[in-house]
Amino acid sequence: MELQVEQIVTWMEKANEKVQDNKEYLTSLDQAIGDGDHGINMARGFKEVVQKVSGSDYETASDILKDVAMTLMGKVGGAAGPLYGTAFLKLSASVKGKKSIDYGSFVTGLEEALAGMKQRGKSEQGEKTLIDTWAPVIEEMKKADGFDCDLLSATAKAAMEKTKDIKATKGRASYLGDRSIGHLDPGSVSSYYLFTSLAETIRGGK
Amino acid sequence: MKKIINNPEEVVQDMLKGLIAAHPESLKQIPNTTAIVRKDAPVANKVGIVSGGGSGHEPAHAGYIGEGMLDAAVCGEMFTSPTPDQVFEAIKAVDSGSGVFLVIKNYTGDVMNFEMAAELAEAEGIDVEKVVVNDDVAVEDSSFTTGRRGIAGTVFVHKIAGAKADAGGSLQEVKDVAEKVVVNVRSMGMAVTPCTVPAAGKPSFTLDENEMEIGIGIHGEPGIERKKLTSADEIAEELTQKVLEDIEFNSGDEVAVMINGMGATPEMELYILNGRVQEILHERGLNVHKTFVGEYMTSLEMAGCSVTLLKLDKETKQLLDSDSNASAFHS
Repeated sequence: MELQVEQIVTWMEKANEKVQDNKEYLTSLDQAIGDGDHGINMARGFKEVVQKVSGSDYETASDILKDVAMTLMGKVGGAAGPLYGTAFLKLSASVKGKKSIDYGSFVTGLEEALAGMKQRGKSEQGEKTLIDTWAPVIEEMKKADGFDCDLLSATAKAAMEKTKDIKATKGRASYLGDRSIGHLDPGSVSSYYLFTSLAETIRGGK
Repeated sequence: MKKIINNPEEVVQDMLKGLIAAHPESLKQIPNTTAIVRKDAPVANKVGIVSGGGSGHEPAHAGYIGEGMLDAAVCGEMFTSPTPDQVFEAIKAVDSGSGVFLVIKNYTGDVMNFEMAAELAEAEGIDVEKVVVNDDVAVEDSSFTTGRRGIAGTVFVHKIAGAKADAGGSLQEVKDVAEKVVVNVRSMGMAVTPCTVPAAGKPSFTLDENEMEIGIGIHGEPGIERKKLTSADEIAEELTQKVLEDIEFNSGDEVAVMINGMGATPEMELYILNGRVQEILHERGLNVHKTFVGEYMTSLEMAGCSVTLLKLDKETKQLLDSDSNASAFHS
């Protein structure tokens, strides 16, 4: 299968639902080790994304991804805004002009998104950031030869849960040092919502 | 949560409306943004100075807009960095062709958003330089962290970089003097009560009646250590010693002192703290050139304080002393 424009809209709607439902949970995770605004910021950003893309007419998958990027960049703020904004911008650029996205191009796009986030945040895997969800998910997707919603969802969940054991060395949580161990990274959790929403979208389309 | 607000989602816009209404002669808001600029911006032949960050630190940053200080302040959501498009609008509004200088506090989000804004501005042919303020000694500087946070010492960077730009300094000269301030300024903070972000509705952490949090930042985030509340003199000693240990101070050095309240600390308590801080500095043989006591970089209604020391030289001393009509800058 290929990812269609309508599915990207559904993906964003599902992600928005999860972020809105878990707004307080994300914020409480961030209060433990950060500055306590991740849920508030993500909820504001994804609400705007859905307002922008739902019901709009898009020719190509890359156009809608670009609008998602610009909306997140302009509405989320904090560290999450530039990081998620950069990710969607790179993904959009990677599939530029495509009406729908085949599996191989999508995985390549995600790899470029990940590279963009690493560069923007001057961060690597293992530093208790959203990269710790993205990197393992992309790694597993590279091994598969088509969209596998169970694999996608399970990998994202396991990766997100693993951030509990990591000592933060990037982002606001790094100031806590050892006190950050035992807490989930809020960015990894919101990234899990994004990937599990994608999995649900694909499952629905089968 | 008990606050004088209308809607938790709209506190920043509501605040800016009131801020502009209070200073209609000197400030204006760029339409559809949260960027506040000098009414006469851009000032011809002058480097524009832009700072900002999350809201909730009032009077930072808009209170420092004025002659000899900032040309624009970009106000993000509560404790959240403003977005690149907003910072970009501020840069465009203050550029007179002489370039724009950004004063950024060292937080991951602030650095990323301001850097993206600088990239947007450079693509439009505007010269942009920046400094990242990292005065908080609570956070050990190591290659494993994102580095120290920027806190109250940022106000000294605003003042001195702003004065340099006002005196006709070039973009490079403004950058040089701002970097000199960053190298010579150190701060350390503590809290006795937490604060509540309106949209979150509950305190960011809790402290028992007899506890204090040492080494807090300015976002209601927990500090580096929680311990039993001690006397003002002991707090003054703990904070000042940490600051003094971090940078080489020699007998006879001239310093500027800032005793900053975090939003809910009575001036009485800040002055009590200052009494002991000045004694410690005197015992160390340091000459206090100027002391600032009050609320300069707050954290909503957090009760607590920070101590900042800036080692001065002839140039920075003169720039610190020069006039500014920014509404919140006074000693």
